[in-house]
Amino acid sequence: MLPVLVLTRKKGQSLMIGQNIEISIVDIQGDQVRIGINAPREVSIHRKEVFDEIRKENLAATSHVPDKQALQTAFTELKEMKEK
Amino acid sequence: MELKTEAFGLIQVEDGDIVIFPDGLPGFEELTKFTLLGKDVSESPFFWLQSLEKSTLALVVADPFALYEEYVVDVDDEDVAVLQVGNTDQVLTLCVVNIPEDIHQMRVNLKAPILINLQNNLGKQVIQKADLPVRYFLLQ
Repeated sequence: MLPVLVLTRKKGQSLMIGQNIEISIVDIQGDQVRIGINAPREVSIHRKEVFDEIRKENLAATSHVPDKQALQTAFTELKEMKEK
Repeated sequence: MELKTEAFGLIQVEDGDIVIFPDGLPGFEELTKFTLLGKDVSESPFFWLQSLEKSTLALVVADPFALYEEYVVDVDDEDVAVLQVGNTDQVLTLCVVNIPEDIHQMRVNLKAPILINLQNNLGKQVIQKADLPVRYFLLQ
């Protein structure tokens, strides 16, 4: 997804998203940027890779819906595994 | 309402069985109405979270505490706010189970559990801060 807005900031500068979210560039070292975030508690913040991984896993889980038989087999295998 | 599902055929869903996910689910942000099917039917820990808006969409879910003994759910204030949780005893925790064709690749997502407030039937898939696996392989 292409960003709608691209801005350039220097260390120490900030961005405001809406009224309540502030993104600040805390430090820049080589190719790493330390980003500070000030946001209300209700706004969840996660590294994009984690969110993408969860999305991918949800999509994979729904691409193949197992039937009751498969679920029963899965349960049996799980029980056998626990007994070992 | 009536719904024709893959896993359970034609089902009847009472208003009280409808769980609303205001933010949808990661990957399905536009789907907000779900119901739980197959719970308490057998001793199997697996059941389904069925979409009421897309009859072909269902996720297998399970009680994570039955699958991973040391499981801990750290509920953030923000999640409590979205679900309007009054009593944490009324929060049902479920994790998405991925059961592919090859059963040995069966895994559960411990990083992002689904929380359902049974008092108001609001749900949300939350991402835990703890370093838990998105793919915890159950048969390996």
